[in-house]
Amino acid sequence: MTRTLSALIVAAALAVPTVAAAQEQQMTPPRQNWSFSGPFGTYDQAQLQRGFKIYKEVCSNCHSMELLSFRNLAEPGGPGFTEAQVKALAAEYKIQDLDDKGQPTERPGRPADHFPSPFPNAAAAAAANGVAPPDMSTLAKARTYTRGFPWFIFDIFTQYQEQGPDYIVAILNGYKNPPKDFSLPAGGHYNEYFPGHNIAMPQPLQDGQVTFDDGAPNSLHEEAKDVAAFLMWASEPHLVQRKRIGFQVMIFLIVLSGLLYFTKKKVWKAVELHPEKLEQKA
Amino acid sequence: MSGHSTYQPKSGAMKWLERRLPIASLVHSSFVAYPTPRNLNYWWTFGGILSFMLGVQIVTGVVLAMHYTPHVDLAFKSVEGIMRDVNYGWLLRYLHANGAAMFFLAVYIHIFRGMYYGSYKEPREVLWILGVIIYLLMMATGFMGYVLPWGQMSFWAATVITNLFSAIPLVGDTIVTWLWGGYAVGNPTLNRFYSLHYLLPFVIAGVVVLHVWALHVAGQNNPAGIEPKTDKDTVPFTPYATVKDAFFVACFCVLFAWFVFYIPNYLGHADNYIPANPAQTPAEIVPEWYYLPFYAILRSIPNKLLGVTALFSSILILAFLPWLDTSKVRSARYRPLYRQFFWLFVISAIGLGYLGSKPPEGIYVILSRILTLYYFAYFIIVLPLLGFFEKTKPLPHSIAESVLKEGVPLGASAPSSRAKA
Repeated sequence: MTRTLSALIVAAALAVPTVAAAQEQQMTPPRQNWSFSGPFGTYDQAQLQRGFKIYKEVCSNCHSMELLSFRNLAEPGGPGFTEAQVKALAAEYKIQDLDDKGQPTERPGRPADHFPSPFPNAAAAAAANGVAPPDMSTLAKARTYTRGFPWFIFDIFTQYQEQGPDYIVAILNGYKNPPKDFSLPAGGHYNEYFPGHNIAMPQPLQDGQVTFDDGAPNSLHEEAKDVAAFLMWASEPHLVQRKRIGFQVMIFLIVLSGLLYFTKKKVWKAVELHPEKLEQKA
Repeated sequence: MSGHSTYQPKSGAMKWLERRLPIASLVHSSFVAYPTPRNLNYWWTFGGILSFMLGVQIVTGVVLAMHYTPHVDLAFKSVEGIMRDVNYGWLLRYLHANGAAMFFLAVYIHIFRGMYYGSYKEPREVLWILGVIIYLLMMATGFMGYVLPWGQMSFWAATVITNLFSAIPLVGDTIVTWLWGGYAVGNPTLNRFYSLHYLLPFVIAGVVVLHVWALHVAGQNNPAGIEPKTDKDTVPFTPYATVKDAFFVACFCVLFAWFVFYIPNYLGHADNYIPANPAQTPAEIVPEWYYLPFYAILRSIPNKLLGVTALFSSILILAFLPWLDTSKVRSARYRPLYRQFFWLFVISAIGLGYLGSKPPEGIYVILSRILTLYYFAYFIIVLPLLGFFEKTKPLPHSIAESVLKEGVPLGASAPSSRAKA
């Protein structure tokens, strides 16, 4: 048994390096520190507000975020804007609507309105950009990179779920001049972290491009982190509540398991000490 | 369901009911007085865990269905609406999605336990086959449920899996069109998958009743693999098995909650957060982890028809297990050779699962072929021959003897086979 097993493990170990070498060279996004990682993770309100500002001033020129409404910005566990701030913010936007007579009209936005999209439809977005920029509502959960063996097993225990934001930060910092032997198709941009390296989006963020109201540093790396955190919140707005309830559930279940364990021990002890009782019982 | 009931109704109302519908005595004889072997270890609690998970899936699923819209333009948005705007909708959906994974994890442990201790052998063949039917229904239900959020992976998994049927000679394409309700995966496909996804769990529940019935007629197998002879060999189901099951269900829930609350998207695929786009194929189409071993078997064979045949055979062959295994001895504890082949089988199944998640190229294909070969050889060559050649260890005379001889207190887990050897 053990001999067969060890032979198999050796065979598997020999196979792995060959496999790794055969795989295409793809740079792994560096791990970032996130306030929302781990069992007690919460969003950093100031960071989400900065991220929202980047989204508003930069991303939203091309990307839609149609699943979110202005009201979400004031909901608990989010960027923590006040109701009044959200109302004022929504009113900055013109929303297409119908008037009382059923005629098309424009009215100021309300907190219940969804974030307006920059293009009327996907075809218009594609025509203006070459490729339609993806909707950003679930982007942070829709992007990832391969973790590979054995990391994907460790991730269960370390609770690493931030591949999406890590990847977004990497992409925003990954614009480089293409290597000499790389032929970049027309309209493409070279990015170290993009699969295949040819990304349609031109570099969207520069060092110091967005000035933050709280005076926080605005290097490209800081901006990228802030907007990635905001996108994570947009994808998973109830993360804080989820982790908080999760901790309560865990405590409850562990205590329950413990109590049931001792109950079980007590119940079984009776027959353990007096097995003859079984004969009468059954 | 086994023997006559010892239930004596006490109150007047229960006496009245007993004469008209003896449901209380049915429950009493099935879940209270039912004699259960006293040497069962914790691997036997997975039946209870599976019943619990089926309940979780039905309850969360019924509520999710209240908020879900089965339409190609609205499905993705309605699921996101559940995640964002329905009170605790995120919890319901994560429970349901991860619940499916936990359900499969538990069923795989349950199946492997049955194989290790020979629970499929006479007189439990029908019990085993009912289990295989439940497993098949679970696979169909899980697959159709995965399609409902209508993300990229939903759409493309539906396309790939339904296309398997096109391998059938002559009528393949007609069958696929019929399955789709059109000439491509589209709204009619989504609608029928939704309808069936709601129906099948109740079919599963029905077959589970038969499974439990068959179990209570034949009685439970046990780690010693010998039948109980006297009352000393068994304990009443309640409180002994009930409290043991309850304890382990609670432990299993800790694992379940870990996934739901801390890593809810770990078992999913990022591409399924992109709305379905028939014009754009994802870089790689991968099914959910619980189908990966079969996906690896499918792709290890270059011919489509043969690959599909191998895929379905690899599941259906389980139904023939009671007759493929020729050994008279049930438990692997007393079958030293069988034990080795069994663990190799477990390793090859897990290995196939890993290979199924990898692109079908180079070393991955070669390894998949070797493991596929072993998978089938285990059933067709190893098990039939082993019964004739294997020198088994002497069986204990009774369950009570096996428990007392090994000096293990009642209710504790069975001793590991290694420690005994």
